Amino acid sequence: MLVLGQDEKAKYPFLADAGEYLKDKGFSLVQFGSDPVLKLSVEKALHRIKVAAAGEVYKSDLIDGQASKDYVLEREVFSFLLAIVLIKLTGMSTLIKRFALAEARRAENYLEKDLGNASNKSKIDLATRIIYDLFNIEIVKENDFFVIPVSDYLIHSVTFHEREWKLINRHVENGKVFLTPDKTVRLIRKELGNYISSKIINAPKPSMIPGLENIVNELISLSKKLTPTYTITTGEYPPCIKHAIDVLEKGENLPHSGRFMLATFLLSRGQTVQQIAPLFKNAPDYNPRVTLYQLNHLAGTSGSTTKYACPSCEKLKTQDLCFITKECDNIINPSQFGKKRKQ
Amino acid sequence: MNENNIKFLEDSFKKYYFNHFNLIFTPQRTSEREFGYQKFNSGFFNRHISLKDDKELHLLFMQNIPSDVYCSNAYYAFPNSPMNEKDWKEADLIFDIDAKDLDLPCRKNHVVSICNECNEISKDTNQCVKCNSTKLEKKSLPCKLCINASKIEVNKLSNILIDDLGIDKENIHVYFSGNEGFHVYVFNSQFQKIGSKERSELVDYIMFRGAIPETFGMKKFKPNRSLFPDFNQKGWNGRFSKQVFGSKSKRSKIISELLDNGYSSFQKILDSVADNSGAKIDPNVTMDIHRIFRLPGSINSKSGLTKILCTDLSKFDPYTDACFLNDESVEVLANCPIEFKLKNKKFGPYNNEKTSLPTYAAAYLICKKLATIA
Repeated sequence: MLVLGQDEKAKYPFLADAGEYLKDKGFSLVQFGSDPVLKLSVEKALHRIKVAAAGEVYKSDLIDGQASKDYVLEREVFSFLLAIVLIKLTGMSTLIKRFALAEARRAENYLEKDLGNASNKSKIDLATRIIYDLFNIEIVKENDFFVIPVSDYLIHSVTFHEREWKLINRHVENGKVFLTPDKTVRLIRKELGNYISSKIINAPKPSMIPGLENIVNELISLSKKLTPTYTITTGEYPPCIKHAIDVLEKGENLPHSGRFMLATFLLSRGQTVQQIAPLFKNAPDYNPRVTLYQLNHLAGTSGSTTKYACPSCEKLKTQDLCFITKECDNIINPSQFGKKRKQ
Repeated sequence: MNENNIKFLEDSFKKYYFNHFNLIFTPQRTSEREFGYQKFNSGFFNRHISLKDDKELHLLFMQNIPSDVYCSNAYYAFPNSPMNEKDWKEADLIFDIDAKDLDLPCRKNHVVSICNECNEISKDTNQCVKCNSTKLEKKSLPCKLCINASKIEVNKLSNILIDDLGIDKENIHVYFSGNEGFHVYVFNSQFQKIGSKERSELVDYIMFRGAIPETFGMKKFKPNRSLFPDFNQKGWNGRFSKQVFGSKSKRSKIISELLDNGYSSFQKILDSVADNSGAKIDPNVTMDIHRIFRLPGSINSKSGLTKILCTDLSKFDPYTDACFLNDESVEVLANCPIEFKLKNKKFGPYNNEKTSLPTYAAAYLICKKLATIA
């Protein structure tokens, strides 16, 4: 169990035990609805959520990661804990997601500073301990870098879409990846976000605190505005799918991975197995029985009932099946092609 | 395949299996693996089989006389359950290097086209010379150049595995696949538990795919010559330097050229590094964590050759070291426009003619659909 100093609690409030913290300080939740002094913390909590909802990172009153006065520090922790209470009272999952991400990014800034603080070994140790305790990743400092096993790096980086995160764009040596402090911390942003959101999700829902009803209602209407509405689809096929259809029409061989992509894509566009099967008629090794069996398997109508999804653009690149054009417009899966989000 | 051919192959395979149980053994943690097999002329794939030990495996060979036998690289809690109930635990890393993926110029000299419509056999073509059909089955009789080129790729892969990915040499086992290439197994590594997406990233690393200019010192704005890699660096930086700069004396001059040519043409340099220094592995094989692979020691029914461990890759010759079928003579009707060599003996070409061949050569041609029992 991590033992945190006061400053650390303000920097990483999600590590503190909420109930215990309030009890230690001698407060109950109800007091926050009525006590005019404590109301300052409520306002701060509201501000903290609004900043997160706007996709920004809340700037705390800490200076260089340290609180100038005790009450500043207290308010930092209170406002975090109260923000969670308020979000729980709204019951809006959009707010949980946005708040967790923003708080993860805030903590990321502190972790990065602590890791990069070459002169203060205890700060580095604490930051690496936090990362180890929370995410089971062992980070070792080697000169100016932090090294982690390649397998751990892959597990955490594999969901990033920016090319710089591909393993090939990292310094790799003897089974280890070498990272700067900022990249080390960026690597765990998602997990940090998940950790914070799971803390919120698992926290018991308090009953309404008298005096906070208006704030909660304000947050509910804010959250409703954030939810994206609907998408429109042009119906056109992405270039990878057009290419696959082209290959089959010419009677050339489309590799298994290409057939998988084509079938799963068309299934995702609502086509039936019977509509898709004739596409494979020209394949050099066409066998109607096998084709139907495999299509039914992908559609989840036979075998395991698992419905297979179209592979990601990244995977298709690896399989030489990607024929990217400008129209792809940074999508990460062919099934997103031509869909536009309307706000 | 007609019944005479099947009987001949089954008899030959059975003799081999009976006499060579010493070459066929179950991999470590047998009871956690999934096994599978196919029989001649049966489209059906018997999968989801679990075995306890070598004895059960040998029994499977003797009872079924399979054309091909497979074993998973994955370890499961319940290997004989349906796929989604197996409870995947981990999987050895496996790489497949196949001569057919290397775009070798020799290939056109030893590929045979068999027409699916009229069965006409001819040297490599895109259209049947007899009936003009484009539905052709290709069969390759890989030459020494193919095997040597595949060995080069195996060596590239092994170096990356050892130097960059920290794999112990003893945990890398290289097998001849029994047909056109090699299977490289990595045991007990830090990568045992990683999934398909992570393995796909490893593949890109090994093949040098997806590299951006910045990684190798080329910045879009305010380029700086001090950022370029150097010879003494480990990993891809070192390999990049060796290939692109050639020698230490040329480094400075070439960096100036790279800077003059600019950011966008640097991508071409990266592509050439991928072509020359990236190991040409089959990405799909490594990414698949539920696949079953030909069992070491078993015969590949595409060739009649054995999948076998290569203890000294540089000296390994599949056409002598993996050719285990017997020498008994057999009459065949052979139609193979290409010459080939097995056990240091030359065979062919055969122009739809009756000939007497040793079993191992007859099986090689029959497996490739280029001969039938007379």
